[in-house]
Amino acid sequence: MIDYAIAFGFAALSLALLLNLLRLFRGPTAMDRVLAVDTMVINIIGVIVLYGIQQHTAVYFEAALLFAMFGFVSTVAYCKFALRGDVIE
Amino acid sequence: MMELLHEIVVSALIVVGTLFSLVGAWGMVRLPELMSRLHAPTKAATLGLGGLLLASMLHFFFIAHGLSTHELLITLFIFLTAPITALFLAKAYLHRNVDPRRGVPRPGKHGWSTFDRIDEDKARGPTQR
Repeated sequence: MIDYAIAFGFAALSLALLLNLLRLFRGPTAMDRVLAVDTMVINIIGVIVLYGIQQHTAVYFEAALLFAMFGFVSTVAYCKFALRGDVIE
Repeated sequence: MMELLHEIVVSALIVVGTLFSLVGAWGMVRLPELMSRLHAPTKAATLGLGGLLLASMLHFFFIAHGLSTHELLITLFIFLTAPITALFLAKAYLHRNVDPRRGVPRPGKHGWSTFDRIDEDKARGPTQR
């Protein structure tokens, strides 16, 4: 049963990533694109965690944690750049 | 018995979590402009990720008979940073794309703090220059 749930989860997350990609292409303002990238990072963390469940290994949590940190830092850097024209003043 | 419980709980959490992620992405495509669009992914995607991480934690609890805390770390980090990201995105959007006189509702007595002009010298302090 878990295998079917994991297959369904991969399908749903892939569809979600495609929808985020659509917003990334279409988004009228730059902030829409930053929001799309931020959501993509969250969904990719979901994919990594799901892959860890499927492979019965806990190796991938560090990768997921790194993705979370870099996603947050890059989003804040983008917003800071959009606000001030500079990342570190 | 324990096996069946394990399968049912983990499968349900995976399905619910990924559905929440899908709903978040769908809402981001459907909603009309950024300030309403912020609402969909920052809530639904983190809830979906919370479900997935809970599923992973329970799965490794059942197969390894030990509680792993890495997932809690990721959950805590995501839940702490999601509001900060949303706030930053909204602030940048307001400053870049919205006219403070016409694009937002009329403020009360004190005005919108986001659009307040800070006197640069006063903010920096007298020692710097």
